Amino acid sequence: MSAADIVSGVLVVGGSALALTAAIGIVRFRDTLSRMHSATKPQVLGLLLVLAGAAVRLRGHADVGIIVMCGMFTLITAPVVAQRVGQLAYREQAVRDDLLAVDELREDARGENR
Amino acid sequence: MNVVWMIAAVMLAAAAWITMFRLLAGPGTLDRLVALDTLVAVAMCAVGTWAAYSRDSTVVYGIAALSLIAFVGSVSVTRFRVPDTETRGDRGRL
Repeated sequence: MSAADIVSGVLVVGGSALALTAAIGIVRFRDTLSRMHSATKPQVLGLLLVLAGAAVRLRGHADVGIIVMCGMFTLITAPVVAQRVGQLAYREQAVRDDLLAVDELREDARGENR
Repeated sequence: MNVVWMIAAVMLAAAAWITMFRLLAGPGTLDRLVALDTLVAVAMCAVGTWAAYSRDSTVVYGIAALSLIAFVGSVSVTRFRVPDTETRGDRGRL
């Protein structure tokens, strides 16, 4: 068991722990936007941690480039989905207004922010 | 070292199990979509964990495929789904 294996194990367990906390958050939170906040943890940080752990374990393989590419795909695609889902959730009022401190979308709609 | 992989596997399985509850119960289609995205992310984490455990890099291509197909699926659902307001009639308030 080398030092690289220990680093890899810590990274993978950290990513798995983030996935578990996100799952608990998805079940416990009350509205769609809060659930999205919780869902982004395994999508970006957790996956990047696990991929980093896998890259450390697989170092020297030709497929480490594919691992880096997976991380880039995730980083590029996650914001697009989050933006679409968030906009739809706001438009359909699947948001608890009392939890919002600032509602810039509504101010924009009224034309107060121009 | 085996214990570490076992802990990671148990946490990932528990995460998928718990997320499945929101996927089945979630009151709106958007909640289900968010849960499904999380489930795919957990699956990608699991494949990455398997690659790290077995030092077998053939499954790594599966992570790339999953990330791209999950993106296409989520964007298609947000674009083409039937809004909850049409099926429920109370402006979809949860």
